[in-house]
Amino acid sequence: MWYRSASFVLDKSQQPQNDTVPDDSVALSPPPLSISTAAAQNPNPRRNMSMSAYYQTRAAHHGVVTSDWLAQAQEAATSAAAAAGQEIIGEGKSGKAFSVIEEFNSWRKQPDLAEAVAAIRALAAVIGNSEAKTMMELEIELKKASDSLKSWDTTSISLTAGCDLFIRYVTRTSALEYEDFNSAKSRLIERAEKFGEISYKARRIIAMLSQDFIFDGCTILVHGFSRVVFEVLKTAAQNKKLFRVLCTEGRPDRTGLRLSNELAKLDVPVKLLIDSAVAYTMDEVDMVFVGADGVVESGGIINMMGTYQIALVAHSMNKPIYVAAESYKFARLYPLDQKDMAPALRPIDFGVPIPSKVEVETSARDYTPPQYLTLLFTDLGVLTPSVVSDELIQLYL
Amino acid sequence: MDSRRTSRAVIDPKVRQVGFFTNTPPPPDRSQSGPLAPIRSPPLADSPSPGNSLSPVMIPPPRHPSDTLLPRRPPSPSLDSDFFPPPSPTTTTSFGDFYDDVAVSPRARGSSGRGNSGKLQGASSFPGGGFEMPSVVKGASSVPASGLTTVSVVNLPPGISENAGGSVSLEGPNERNVSSKPLKEKTTKAERRALQEAQREAKAAAKAERSKAVVAPAANAKPAKAAKPASQKNDNAVGGDRPQEKDRKKDIPHPRMQYDDKSRVQKLKKRSVVKPTEARNIVELFRHLPQYEHGTQLPDLQSKFFQLDTVHPAVYKVGLQYLSGDICGGNARCIAMLQAFLEAIKDYSTPPEKTLSRDLTAKISSYVSFLIECRPLSISMGNAIRFLKGRIAKMPITLSESEAKAILQSDIDRFINEKIIVADKVIVKHAVTKIRDGDVLLTYGSSTAVEMILLHAHELGKQFRVVIVDSRPKLEGKLLLRRLVGKGLSCTYTHINAISYIMHEVTRVFLGASSILSNGTVYSRVGTACVAMVAHAFHVPVLVCCEAYKFHERVQLDSICSNELGDPDAISKVAGREDLNNFDGLDKSENLQLLNLTYDATPSDYVSMVITDYGMIPPTSVPVIVREYGRGHLWI
Repeated sequence: MWYRSASFVLDKSQQPQNDTVPDDSVALSPPPLSISTAAAQNPNPRRNMSMSAYYQTRAAHHGVVTSDWLAQAQEAATSAAAAAGQEIIGEGKSGKAFSVIEEFNSWRKQPDLAEAVAAIRALAAVIGNSEAKTMMELEIELKKASDSLKSWDTTSISLTAGCDLFIRYVTRTSALEYEDFNSAKSRLIERAEKFGEISYKARRIIAMLSQDFIFDGCTILVHGFSRVVFEVLKTAAQNKKLFRVLCTEGRPDRTGLRLSNELAKLDVPVKLLIDSAVAYTMDEVDMVFVGADGVVESGGIINMMGTYQIALVAHSMNKPIYVAAESYKFARLYPLDQKDMAPALRPIDFGVPIPSKVEVETSARDYTPPQYLTLLFTDLGVLTPSVVSDELIQLYL
Repeated sequence: MDSRRTSRAVIDPKVRQVGFFTNTPPPPDRSQSGPLAPIRSPPLADSPSPGNSLSPVMIPPPRHPSDTLLPRRPPSPSLDSDFFPPPSPTTTTSFGDFYDDVAVSPRARGSSGRGNSGKLQGASSFPGGGFEMPSVVKGASSVPASGLTTVSVVNLPPGISENAGGSVSLEGPNERNVSSKPLKEKTTKAERRALQEAQREAKAAAKAERSKAVVAPAANAKPAKAAKPASQKNDNAVGGDRPQEKDRKKDIPHPRMQYDDKSRVQKLKKRSVVKPTEARNIVELFRHLPQYEHGTQLPDLQSKFFQLDTVHPAVYKVGLQYLSGDICGGNARCIAMLQAFLEAIKDYSTPPEKTLSRDLTAKISSYVSFLIECRPLSISMGNAIRFLKGRIAKMPITLSESEAKAILQSDIDRFINEKIIVADKVIVKHAVTKIRDGDVLLTYGSSTAVEMILLHAHELGKQFRVVIVDSRPKLEGKLLLRRLVGKGLSCTYTHINAISYIMHEVTRVFLGASSILSNGTVYSRVGTACVAMVAHAFHVPVLVCCEAYKFHERVQLDSICSNELGDPDAISKVAGREDLNNFDGLDKSENLQLLNLTYDATPSDYVSMVITDYGMIPPTSVPVIVREYGRGHLWI
């Protein structure tokens, strides 16, 4: 599936778009290990059961500062001593000079880099630093590294999917084709880099592919902040398309506010809605654009809470729902309904104290079944939901 | 003239009829109102055509008078001659065809362009009328029984009369030119049709010949088996074919046996072991299916057990078990059949001057046709047979007999093991992940895969309840109920009548399947579709458990074209209710038709997930599995 990446759309437009693509050389070198305040709580995220690590990263990347988040950061700081103790134990266990998690964390700090791509880069580094003598050894090492990455944050779908895909992609053809181990290894590294590159470029590819669907005078509803969707809209704005964007607020972390800020900077007409005003405004909407945390095997998506209800409303009003998602988010999951997923939790700031007797739904995401989605824009091309499963079958079976 | 008439009679008619019935009144009106009246009427008046009384408007002069009467139509015999055959198709085809012809044929366009007056262009933009019209009219007039045709043409939408008006102003030669061109197009169309017809005939003939050729060698090869030559309905005896015929056979799916085809049924009867009794009132819609006629021959067949030397005893036994219903269920039937074949292969020895691969294939085919007589094959059995024959055909000819037999036996064992037993285990492993504590699982009928899933989930200590939905007449759910309750599961048993009541408390529906077709349609025990639809209406996820060897590349949209008929008595008789069982002799009445269907087709919309040995996939991905692991891979 990775061989068939639709990256050709980039080649065509490389010249005019060059300025917008961040310099690869900068991105490819690991960023310096600076200890930011956000990183202070990172070393041991699993201890913080009230908030999934995935959302901590997102919060850090998106610069969303909520009161809850502040409280958490504070709590993390106060318990830093305890955490540090555990960390040392952890270090002692891994013991080596090179640790995947560390590498991953260093990549992860780049705000523009998706978690899965960071994982892919980290795993590529594993191959590079490996001292394995045989192919089998290397594969086992890689597997171990990816397992530790996956267990670092079990709630992140794209991290899991990215690791699986990477392993699959890198070790796909049998290493027996090469006589000696070193050439096989260098080939693996080559592939790993290529994979990382494709994943890195995925967002640009998707943005190019989706341009045909944005027509002048259209009104687009977006939900939350998705880097891919933002890239799509940014490209459309750069292509001098005239369109209007309706942004939902994106409670609880208000990622919609950030998107509206960014769009306003690009001089795109934006209107901000509260999350509950979706149905009210749907009749003036021409299409719905959403991102995805993960694309599951049925072709449905798992995304930020509220996507499902937007899809339901849009479907009932016959508006197309487009999903922009990189193909490293394709996961081998098959939820049957909303509760059929590992829950990712996220604290909600209601602004007023909530009595302890009142239960709060803290799930951070929901599942949108494929029948409510119109098309998926991926770096493999524009797909219908049912093709997702075909791609996954071809890759994994 | 004659040939014209016959062609007209052949092609024909519905359009004409409709036109005739609806349109007798309008023509006079239109002839007066339209601008075409003055021009059209003269030929009308002089027309000798018998049909003209019906439609005064459009009848143009017949061939011979036309030269004299119509100055705008100079006679041209050569043109006329290729003028006449075609009209019949044009008149009979729908307006859509007119559109097609005009749009498609560049010649027509070109000629109109040459005609070049603006009016003509206008006319050509109305494909139904304009220059198309004269040809139609002419053809109609030339045929005695043409009244109908012409009326139907008059029956064209009002726009046409305007077109005709427009075209009227054309100069003679020009219009001649124009009208003849599309006609030529028609000619080609008629020719095409004739050609098609001829090709079809040739093909049919070739096919008949081929099938004869196929049967003949088989019969010659084994005189002992002459009574049961290779059956035609399951594409066997391919081995004996020449390669290109083989290819052709592969390209076109072999037609399934249609049991309303009298001649073929006769043929079949002649060589069948199981003597069928004539079924009573056949349900009209299902006439093409083999009618249920078992039961009565069982003792008869049992007595013949030691007489039939053509069928291996193991196969014979399995056949009887199918017939009596002792073995049912897709997997059980398939395993029983394969094991019988295993026995048969073990006892097989190649007759002198024969090759193993051909002779054994023929032998297997004869067994299969016997099994079909006992009970129609299930799709899983069909796939297994295809697999086995493929293995036999691929057997290298250099192999010694004992080696070949050993390989085949291990292949069959492997198929049973990998494709059925291990596949079920994998399915269970996947499905159990979808069962949570507190679930209420509904199942319909009795599926081995579902039973294994439920038992395994229970062993894992999951807390759940099972609702078993059952239906008459087979009541297979009772057996499942007994087994599950025996293992300590908490069960609810109900009949399908209560499905809409029970569904609201259900959280998952697990269904088995006889087959899944490549459009995602689930082909399963009758009633499954009903359960799936109710579940869908209640937003309960429907999980279908099916081993991948049961997938089939066929596409089926309804339960009619392929199905199996069960014993009609089974639904008409209720045990212990004598008052209901008395039909007062009405069951001999022609007005009573009892329909006991065995399978139905569930559209993929109602299926949330298919659990197979390749994992959990949406029903839309079934063709991907069939394609990717198609043929060789899927059946090893």
